[in-house]
Amino acid sequence: MTRLKADQRHSVRFTLNGRPVEGEAEPRMLLSDFLRHQLGATGTHVGCEHGVCGACTIVVDGMLTRSCLTLAAQVDGCELKTVEGLAPSADRLGVLQQAFRRNHALQCGFCTAGILMSLDHYLATHPAPTEADIRDLLSGHICRCTGYTPIIQAALEAAAQLASSTKETSDA
Amino acid sequence: MLQAVTSANPGSGDEPWVGRSIERVEDAALLSGRGRFIDDLGVQPGSLHATILRSPHAHADILSIDVEAAKRWPGVAAVLTGSDVKAVTTSLVVGVKAPVECWPIAMDRVRYVGEPVAVVVATDRACAEDAAELINVDYRPRGAVVDPLGAISTGAPVLHDGFPGNLASDRAFRYGDPDTAFADAPHRFSIDIRYPRNSCTPIETYGVIASHDAGEDAYEVLANFQGPFSIHTVIARALKVPGNRLRLRTPPDSGGSFGVKQGVFPYIVLIAAAARITGRPVKWIEDRLEHLTASVSATNRATTLAAAVAADGKILALDWDQVEDCGAHLRAPEPATLYRMHGNLTGAYDIHNVKIRNRVVVTNKTPTGLNRGFGGPQVYFALERLVQRIAIGLGLDPLDVIKRNLIDAGAFPYRTATGALLDSGNYQEAVALAVEQGRLAALRAKRDEARAQGRLYGIGFTAVVEPSVSNMGYITTVLTAAERRKAGPKNGAQATATVGLDPVGSVTVHVASVPQGQGHRTVLAQVVADVFGLHLKDIRVNTEIDTAKDAWSIASGNYASRFAAAVAGTAKIAAERVAGRLARIAASQLNVEATDIVFARGFVASRHNPENRIAFSRVAALSHWSPGSLPDDAGQTIRETVFWTPPELTPPDEDDRINSSLCHGFIFDFCGVEIDPTTLETRIDRYVTMHDCGTILHPGMVNGQIRGGFTQALGAALLEEYAYAEDGSFLTGTLADYLLPTTTEVPEPEIFHMETPSPFTPLGAKGVGEGNCMSTPVCLANAVADALGVADVTLPLVPARLAGLVRGAEPPPPAGGATAAPARGGDRRLRGEGQASVKGAPEQVWAMLLEPATLQSVIPGCQRVDKITDTHFRADVTLGVGPVSGRYRADVELFDLDPPRAVRLRGGATGALGFGNAEGRITLAPDGNGGTKLTYSYDAAVGGKVASIGGRLLDGATRVIIGQFFTALARKAGGGSAESGGFSLFAVLAKLASLFGGRR
Repeated sequence: MTRLKADQRHSVRFTLNGRPVEGEAEPRMLLSDFLRHQLGATGTHVGCEHGVCGACTIVVDGMLTRSCLTLAAQVDGCELKTVEGLAPSADRLGVLQQAFRRNHALQCGFCTAGILMSLDHYLATHPAPTEADIRDLLSGHICRCTGYTPIIQAALEAAAQLASSTKETSDA
Repeated sequence: MLQAVTSANPGSGDEPWVGRSIERVEDAALLSGRGRFIDDLGVQPGSLHATILRSPHAHADILSIDVEAAKRWPGVAAVLTGSDVKAVTTSLVVGVKAPVECWPIAMDRVRYVGEPVAVVVATDRACAEDAAELINVDYRPRGAVVDPLGAISTGAPVLHDGFPGNLASDRAFRYGDPDTAFADAPHRFSIDIRYPRNSCTPIETYGVIASHDAGEDAYEVLANFQGPFSIHTVIARALKVPGNRLRLRTPPDSGGSFGVKQGVFPYIVLIAAAARITGRPVKWIEDRLEHLTASVSATNRATTLAAAVAADGKILALDWDQVEDCGAHLRAPEPATLYRMHGNLTGAYDIHNVKIRNRVVVTNKTPTGLNRGFGGPQVYFALERLVQRIAIGLGLDPLDVIKRNLIDAGAFPYRTATGALLDSGNYQEAVALAVEQGRLAALRAKRDEARAQGRLYGIGFTAVVEPSVSNMGYITTVLTAAERRKAGPKNGAQATATVGLDPVGSVTVHVASVPQGQGHRTVLAQVVADVFGLHLKDIRVNTEIDTAKDAWSIASGNYASRFAAAVAGTAKIAAERVAGRLARIAASQLNVEATDIVFARGFVASRHNPENRIAFSRVAALSHWSPGSLPDDAGQTIRETVFWTPPELTPPDEDDRINSSLCHGFIFDFCGVEIDPTTLETRIDRYVTMHDCGTILHPGMVNGQIRGGFTQALGAALLEEYAYAEDGSFLTGTLADYLLPTTTEVPEPEIFHMETPSPFTPLGAKGVGEGNCMSTPVCLANAVADALGVADVTLPLVPARLAGLVRGAEPPPPAGGATAAPARGGDRRLRGEGQASVKGAPEQVWAMLLEPATLQSVIPGCQRVDKITDTHFRADVTLGVGPVSGRYRADVELFDLDPPRAVRLRGGATGALGFGNAEGRITLAPDGNGGTKLTYSYDAAVGGKVASIGGRLLDGATRVIIGQFFTALARKAGGGSAESGGFSLFAVLAKLASLFGGRR
């Protein structure tokens, strides 16, 4: 295992939403700060910095990860996905994002990135979740605006839509 | 006079935008990571970053602050203490007349845990935090008081000499003839309430970026402030500049506020002062520990409420005695929390006689400020609990007592005893609809059935009036009529909106409403698109504010649920004025009368001959391209700014009657809860909430506000409290200690609506965002009281508290237990005892424990140990867990030495993350195998950040440290393995104090 010197900046390289990125970080720099302030990927938000609120959730090598509890140096060589990677193109929203907009599943939008990442990750492997499944999944996210129900509704709608489009594709 | 303009006609297929739950224009950016919150925006190159060193003590004198080492730290530009800030600012204004100062940073005394003591400004945040750890502050603790009634009791520690007995204000009011009513009434009921401290805790924390132009002595500030902009005057005054030299801007997006971001303003002053002193832009983003500890919270309040009641349940008079706890400083706009509800102290009821005593006190807790519901939760908890008690006392149904007292539908506009003018409503009909649509009968049957099975099931009711659009003069009710005459009148609430048409005829709307997620841009686009007959996408709305360029006034901002009622209506007026002029221009072009003009589908057309029309954009652009061709009386159509203030918002009258708010929605809630007989967890079975918020502009957003308020209220009722120990230590500094509702606790409320338009607002809308924060806590409490059959319940209704009600106080633990007692609630002491074995005879181990070099090598993270005397040691220790670390200085003295058998130790440690004191005893005895058996016991208390964030974890952490210390000691003693724990006072204190320090 590489030993990093505490008072030096070290090169960190990884793939962010399919593109290679790199920057320099002290060993103590949090991944959330690295993404936001070194790379300018400000879509990932920081709400508590102790792993409770879930706003900073991203996907690292296929695993849901609290970027505020991860050091930038830890993801060297990894594949990362953040909210900036969800939309199919800059002027279009994905199925899950559209469901959020349709259901008023966000108000201030600050916690939303983390919730979207959790759901995007989960729905990819769970095509037919129940309300209880979604509530359980999202119990690690805090939203102060919506009261959650519209988020649950959006998730269930998106799941149904994703499942039917997958079915259509396989039927075709 | 310009005539009203006809909006798009639904009958022609042009359905109005207002009233539809259209998708929000805000969402695409927010859903794809392109929001622009304050910490997402770049700063000018060379900007500095600030961190704030805060008090670990609730009440202490600052004897000295040594900042030299911090100033020398590489990258540090400045270290500001109170005297530095005082040199460039003046005290913040205090809400009552008293010889008291209120600074954004401690001067020579700290009065709450988390109060700023020093600001370190450096090239980056981490550097500033490193340097902050090098600051040594010498405190002399004073006695602290955290209870509002305790604060005004004899002998309590006094926070401010200018508030004798900690009393900042004491006013009595009398409306009608309450004494006669009480004397003549057949029944009197009374209730004592302690309403706890909580906060709606936005998920985005505070942020400020400030710069200073020394040439013009002018400040420029970007902050996620939410208003009211009356605070702009407070900031400018504190910074010693006229208002035109404080340019205050807000970022495009703000991550929730719920009132709380009003409280960023002392930090605006502090960071602006840092910018002036360093000559560079300075940025500060609050962290979560800072936010929970020291941002702002709702007031906690002690209330005694009595009612004179007729035999049928009719309330004849109320007697309020409210003691409001505003924390350590009375910061503007406090004591507004207490007076916001002054006109509404009779709730939804027709009560003519009211007596009030309002006291405002200071305690060693964080200063209070705006918080969703703002005074409503405290008032309605007392009033609606009392209504339930009246019903029980008279053997009536609580719903019947509510109905008996509701204001009659024919009485509107209705003037309450204390002065509010309730605009409109039909409370009886709303209750009847809710009872029917919400299926109350089925709920009652369910309760009967559950109770028959021995289950704990209860039903609660609440009726509340939800005030919105605050009268900027209500706070002057805290002054006497004579004082008000001297100060001059304060009243009204100026809302503002600007509608502009550019040279290609596209429409821009600007308002000073500062939303934090409420979708203002969408609703304004709906309102203005309807006036102009345009599509939603033709309207672009900007809700950022820049006080140097935009129209604004003291009432600007996002609070008191004023958007729909005031701001959206003002935008409608502005658009209608522009449309009126466009109609004249179009009429001259189309050769028709202006009264024949209609705006629809992107055209301005003749109503009678729709083919005779002209494109909206063409008419709209004429003022730019060809002003000479406009009719003489049309005026320009480029830009229209409207200020609107309702005439109903008058100042308090000579008899202290105050119309504190413009609009009054009505809410009637009922719910069924079941309490688990084993865990005493409260589960909401059904929650029904009926709202009359006047005309609904966007049903989806209205329901979003209701659900959001309901969820925050559920947290306040069942989970949340900003908890303080008796010594003022703050105990809930993480979101694992301050529990917010999650998906697993929040059910979907059953929402019903009735629309009684307000006659006082342009769109007929009333506020809706705060109502459930007022109604839901007490509705749930009434249901829990009903389920348990108890007279008094106190929020939050956590299982431990309900256990006390149902089963009595918990018995003491059985004697002889050998485990450390975890720090919980008001008891922050850590006690423990244990045993361990080490190789080496007692004499050898004894010598090691007294040898600085040995101690240095076995205490985790120890840099040096100095022997001051034979029995006094001093250690410098740096300890960390993951990315969190802190430096501590520990002083330990030994006494009662009985070598090599026993020693007693006493000491303390202080560091950036807190302080601790401990006492312990170690005994050594031969273990029969040539080794030593150590027995230890300790009793420690910690304060500061560690107490705020580590309370739940200290017990386990203590054992980890003991284990680490003992492993090292055993190794040093010549091999051997650690069996269990060892004991080091240095290590315990230092490690405890270093845990989980919330650093970035």
